[in-house]
Order: sequence, then structure tokens, then C-alpha cells
Amino acid sequence: MGTRIIKLPDVGEGVAEAEIVEWHVEVGQSVLEDQLLAAVMTDKATVEIPSPVAGTVVALGAEVGNVLAVGAELVRLEVSGEGNEEVAAAPREAAAAQAPAAKPAAPQPAAAPASVPQSAAASSGPPPPVTRAPIGPPRPPGEKPIASPAVRRRAREAGVDLRQVRGTGPAGRVGHDDLDAFLRGAPKAGISAARAANTEVETVKIIGLRRRIAQKMAESKRRVAHFSYVEEVDVTALEALRATLNAENRSDRPRLTLMPFLMKALVKAVADFPEMNALYDDEAETLERHGGVHIGIATQTPSGLMVPVVRHCETLSLWDCAAEVQRLAEAAREGRATRAELAGSTITITSLGALGGIVTTPVINRPEVAIIGPNKQVVRPVWQGEQFVPRTMMNLSSSFDHRVIDGYVAARFVQRIKGLLEAPATIFIEA
Amino acid sequence: MAEIAAKVLIVGGGPGGYVSAIRAGHLGLDVVLMEQGGLDGGLGGTCLNVGCIPSKALIHAADAYERAAEQAKSAPFGLKVEHPTIDFARTIEWKNGIVGRLTSGVGALLKRHRVKILQGRAVMVDGKTCRVETDTGPQVVSAEHVVLATGSVPVALPALPFGGRIISSTEALSLPAIPERLAVVGAGYIGLELGTAFAKLGAKVTVIEAESRVLPTYDEELVRPVVRRLRALGVEVLTRARAVGLSKAGDALQVEQEGAPARSIPADKILVAAGRRARTAGFGLERLDLTMNGPFVQIDERCATSMRNVWAVGDLTGEPMLAHRAMAQGVVVAELIAGHRRVFDGTVIPAVCFTDPEIVTVGLSPDEARRAGHEVHTALFPFQANGRALTLGAEDGFVRVTARADNHLLLGIAAVGAGVSELAAAFGLALEMGSRLEDIGGTIHAHPTLGEAFHEASLRALGEALHI
Repeated sequence: MGTRIIKLPDVGEGVAEAEIVEWHVEVGQSVLEDQLLAAVMTDKATVEIPSPVAGTVVALGAEVGNVLAVGAELVRLEVSGEGNEEVAAAPREAAAAQAPAAKPAAPQPAAAPASVPQSAAASSGPPPPVTRAPIGPPRPPGEKPIASPAVRRRAREAGVDLRQVRGTGPAGRVGHDDLDAFLRGAPKAGISAARAANTEVETVKIIGLRRRIAQKMAESKRRVAHFSYVEEVDVTALEALRATLNAENRSDRPRLTLMPFLMKALVKAVADFPEMNALYDDEAETLERHGGVHIGIATQTPSGLMVPVVRHCETLSLWDCAAEVQRLAEAAREGRATRAELAGSTITITSLGALGGIVTTPVINRPEVAIIGPNKQVVRPVWQGEQFVPRTMMNLSSSFDHRVIDGYVAARFVQRIKGLLEAPATIFIEA
Repeated sequence: MAEIAAKVLIVGGGPGGYVSAIRAGHLGLDVVLMEQGGLDGGLGGTCLNVGCIPSKALIHAADAYERAAEQAKSAPFGLKVEHPTIDFARTIEWKNGIVGRLTSGVGALLKRHRVKILQGRAVMVDGKTCRVETDTGPQVVSAEHVVLATGSVPVALPALPFGGRIISSTEALSLPAIPERLAVVGAGYIGLELGTAFAKLGAKVTVIEAESRVLPTYDEELVRPVVRRLRALGVEVLTRARAVGLSKAGDALQVEQEGAPARSIPADKILVAAGRRARTAGFGLERLDLTMNGPFVQIDERCATSMRNVWAVGDLTGEPMLAHRAMAQGVVVAELIAGHRRVFDGTVIPAVCFTDPEIVTVGLSPDEARRAGHEVHTALFPFQANGRALTLGAEDGFVRVTARADNHLLLGIAAVGAGVSELAAAFGLALEMGSRLEDIGGTIHAHPTLGEAFHEASLRALGEALHI
């Protein structure tokens, strides 16, 4: 038996550290070669770390939420054969050899000092030294809960099925405290209980993607001088065009949403306003104007907000844009998006679709300087000089970095987009 | 005919019944307990009258005598004893005195808790009514709840019906004299306990067992010291053997043994200890038409039978047939009747063999634990390395612990050795509290005591044993 230390591998170019976002194993568990040990997160990509060997987990290098440097100990495994590390010398060696004189001598064959290596032990000898108590794993389903008779009785009297109670004690033992916690949390069937003040406070550790989002958002709000500008856009013609194109129903083309039209309109608009398709390095006080239009698409995923990037939109057709948005959104939702697909945007669109509301105040995806947010579409009566006519209207809520974008410029930029969207043919006319 | 109405009617005054009655009394319930008495009964049931208690008295007396005889032969620590003899009639009298004290104690406890005791044969009329033939005439008791606690009786073998030389454990505990030659049919714990006692008292004992070894329900490692001791006491053990009947003259037991010619074993007494069966006959149980579980009354985890408000506890409900199981069930039932939420949910039921040396098992054996799908750490600590055992002149035996490999939760603890029955308390507590090896290792055990072997076995399983 040997001890094998699995270090945090280099998980991506230039990554020096990664956050443990999930453990797939626990202490005491045996793992097979290639079985996943942990998920770690770098920037926005989550990387699964497989085990290079089979063995038994004896220690985990960090708790979920901790950041580990590349090369730091991730998992310690007990493996058959040679390990890659000397087992620390047993601190208790020789203790058995010299029993106090007052005690009876152990019988001859058993008196061998404990410092003799394990291989020398008789078949009935002790199992390998296990010095530290393993951390209690949560109970696998179907296993009988461990609890003292007093706890069992209290649970029974309170009508609590102990199988539902998480034991935080050693080996997952359920204690009085666990039962108290469960009783506090359990929905009470009583009469007065329904109106009792709920004094419960649950502390949720902000880890992984959520922590990154929190940091990025706070950083953006702290550093960027946001201002938002909202304009309404008549999308009646655009919607008619979209309906016509979708009615073709061609199997080789994706269905069109508003998104690809807005993307193409942005490509056209930023050609006239290059300062909008730019990255502001506020440390160096330089603005990087980009020729290529790389549009970030804010996407809700099960683990939180992600922004996959459609690169070089100036080279893509309307349908290319639609297909790419669909592909990236799926990849992000399924956690398959690569690091490259999640970085490098120069301007961002944030759309909540049907949940779009009437106005939003988007937070800029720093170091970009502009973010465009379409709101929901509604058919409204619009006064056209002589009469009200029903028009499909949509607000466009955009935020800009006032440090480098003046209100006048931003307003003209939005008016340009409005003009393109209201006369959709102009989006596609080559200048 | 007088009719008595009660909240609870308990049928049987053994450990299950009387404990249930006392607890029901604590809880203010109106209880009637019926005990039919007779040769093998009375308050306290089999346990106090013809089981646990009298057998232990006899075992103790036999052991004391054997030790004295041993000192007379060789005086290992210088004690000189010459020609010890035993007045067996006095032994039985002493044993009866203990039984009398305990049974009258049970009577006093029941009285103190206002339990009405009816002596007589009870017959269930229906699930709420019972007719009792008492000395003063028949009485009918009707109750909201009925607790059946009728216990068990020794199993008779068709080839060896009880009577004459052929006796059950009941008669073996009240023999007028020590038999010269005793044949014991069945090497379970009852047969071995009594066989060993009579061997120590000077009887020539032969044990006949159908299985391949004695105490077949215990693992071999635990039984080995007992086998050694039986051999030293001159007890002949025939395994894979069957008692087929008495000889023509009726003074010998005919035995067939696998791979050996049939034998005739001369015996003055033949103790049939082939197990016990639930007492399901003779009290109108068939009229209740309860769902059975083989030969036992089927109960759920609350000790409820298939009939509403009819409960059953103890040997009547199946294995293990142990007094402490019955008592725990009796408490559960009393509390349920009083309106508490209870189940019989003990993690372990300790079992003790008062053989020489004694065996105690609590929880799973290493093999049982593995069969249950656990990866286990197991370790034993021999009494040869325990100071107290040496000073008692009893170094054969060990304590063995079995724990889960992953989280060190103890799954089973067993011991074999002189006096280890007293370790049942520590073992049971350890398992019931959900202890891990580290908990036992971290508990300071008094020195010098046999219990240190439990500490050391746990340390050894952790690779940290100090004295081995």
C-alpha cells in the first residue's frame, strides 16, 4: 500500500489557480482510474479532474469554495503498490514494544514492535494504521440512520422520520442538534405554528460561478460610470419580415428570433460609432477599438449568468448569427462552453425575451463600454397624425460607460439602431 | 361469574408480561395480569423460575466446586483445599431461595404498581375477553388492550418424549441428585451451559449435536475456547450425530453418527436441549385467528398483531428468544397503549452464553458484516495480554471488534472469556450510541480490568494497539 498524491493539474493556458466547485468523491470512498474527483473552476470554465489511478480517498485537499494553486495537493489516495510519497513515519512506533513494567508482558509472538512494517504483520494483524478519523460522509440512501436511543425517541415523539434528518456527527450520526435543526426547518402542521415568527437564517456559501458573477458585477458597478438610455422602437416591419422569413420554414435554416436582426443592426451601427465596439482599459487609460464585432450574448444557465461570445459577427449572415447564438446558448447551459467561447466579447446584448419588461438598466460587461437590452414587444395604439394605429413596439434599454461615451453620442448610436430596426431592409443594404 | 373490566390485560407473567405490567402501572393504566403458574411458570416466567436465573445459580455453584476440586489437585497460587464435596440438595435449596426472592420481588413490584394479578389458566374468548379458571372459580376479564406474553416451552423430540430419564432444562434445574452419566442432546447454549455445569459437578457428560460443531450459531473463532474447555472437563462431544431413541432396557441413548457405527451411550439422565418453541397452544389463541409468522405470532415494529389492540411480546413472537428482548418489547407496548409514539427499534440485542468461558455477542460478526455488504476493519485483543485476566487465572479468550472500514462505525462486538458477560453492557451501549472505533479508543478504560481488552481491540483495529 502506498499513498498517492494527486495535484491540481494545469487546467488551462495561464491559469495559476482554480476554485473547487464540487467534490465528486469523499473520504473513504474507493475510486477507479478515470473516475471524476472534483470540478474546479477557472474564469468561467468548469473543468472536471479525473483520477489518474485507482485507490481509496484518504484526504481531500480543500473544501468546496476554496481556491487551490495549480500543483497543490488536490486529493490523497491510498493505492496498492508504491505510492508517490513516503507515508509519514508513524508517530506511535515503539509504543507497544516497551509496555510499562507494571503491565503483564504481551505473549511472545505478539510482542513484535509496531514499528515493523505492515508486511511483517501476521495475517490476523491490524489493518494499516489509520491515524485520522475520516470525516463523516452523508448517509447513502436506504442506510439506517445512526442515532442514540434518546434521539430516536425524541424523533419518534415529534413524528420525525430520522431517515430525513442529516446527521452532522461522526460517521453521520444524528444528534440532538441535528434533530433541533430539522425541527426548526420542518414545515409545522400545527395551528399556531403557521403564524409563529420565523427566526431562521440560512447561510448559503457563495461559491463557484455565483462568486465570480458577484465579483464581476460589483467591480463593474464600482468602476464604470453607468448611464442608461431608453428609446422605443417600432418593430412592426421587422416582425413582418421575421414572420415572412420564418414562414419559409426551411430545414437548413434556424428559426429567427429578434436576436440575429439586432446583432446585424449592431454590426452596421458600430461601423459608424467605432467607440462603441471597444474595450476601455481604465488602468492604462486606453480605449481599444475593435474592427471585429464580437457580440456577447448574456445567457441564463442553471448555475448562473454566462456570456458566450459570437465572434466576428461582421462575417456572419443573419442565419449564421441565429445558429451560432443557439449553439452557444446550449453549450453554456449544458456546461460544455469552452473558455474561448466565453471570452473576448467587444459589446454585449442582454435580452430577457418575453420577460423583458418595459425598461432595464443593464450592467456593462467590463471592460466593454456598451450593452444593449431589448425589452418586451407590445402592440400599442400609436398616433400617426390623424389616427391611432396598432403598432408592435419595443423598448431598447442600453447602458454606456460615461467615462468614455458621452450622452449625445450614446443617444445618436441608439437612434441609429432604432432607424435600422424600424426599416429592416437598411440592415442588409451594403453601404 | 364475576367480570373484571380493565384497560390492559396481560397474558403471561414472564419478563415480557410483568415488565409490560409494571410500565403500564407507571403510566397509570388499569392492568390485569394473568399467570397460570404451575411447574414451569409462576411470576417471572421461564426466566426466573426455570431458565436464566436458576441455571446461572447452578452454573456458579458447579464452577465454585470445580475450582475447589482443582485447587485440591494442584494449588497454583498456594490455596490448599482438601477433599471438597458438594451437598447438591443444599445447592438446589440455595438456588430455590434465589428464585423465591426474585419472584416474590416481582409480585411486590406488580402490587406496588396496582397491577391486579389473577392466578389461573387463561383462555382467550375473543380479542377483548379472557376467561380465567382461578382457585376461587372462573372469572371473565374484558379489556381494551390485550398483551400476549405466553413465552415458550422446550422442544420435545419425537424419538425422546419427556418423561422418566428424558428431561428438559426445567427438570435438569431441580434434580434431586447429580446424575452419574448425563447425555445432552443439542449443543446449543442451553445444552452446553447445563452440560458444563454437571460435568463440573462430576457427571460423565456426553453431548450429541446434529451440526458439525457445538454452538453452531456462533462463529468458530468464538467457540474455540469453549471447545478447549469442554475437552479439559472431560465432556465428550459427538458432532454430526443424532439421538434416535432409548435402548431396549431404557438405560442408554442410541446415537447414530456420520461415518461411525451406531453407539449406545449409557445415561442416567438424558437432557433434551433441542431448542424452544413459542407457546401458542392452550390459551385459545386459535380463536383470535392472528396472522402467524411460521410458528410465531407475527408482529410489526410496534409489537402489534394483526388484530387491533392485541399485542404480543417475547418468545411468542420469535427469535431471539431472550428475556431482555421481551422486557424491551413489554415497555414499548405499555407506552404505546398509554398513547405514546413508540417502536421497538433497538439497534442490537446482546446475547450471552454462560458456557465456560462465557461468550457475549452484540451486533454483527465479521462475516455477517461482510455479507451485509460492508468493507470491514476487524481486530481482536487476547486476554493473554490483559493483566486482569491473568490475575483471575483466566487467560483464554479475547474481545473482537468489527467496524466499517469507511467511517469506523462499530458494527459488532464479541468476546469470549471468563466473566465477559458483564461486558455486554459496554458493548451494547457502544453500538446503541453509534460509536466509532475512535470513540472506544478515546474512552479511558479502568486498569486493571477485562474491559481494557475492548479498548485495545478498538485501538488495534485503528492500528494503534498499545499492549500487543
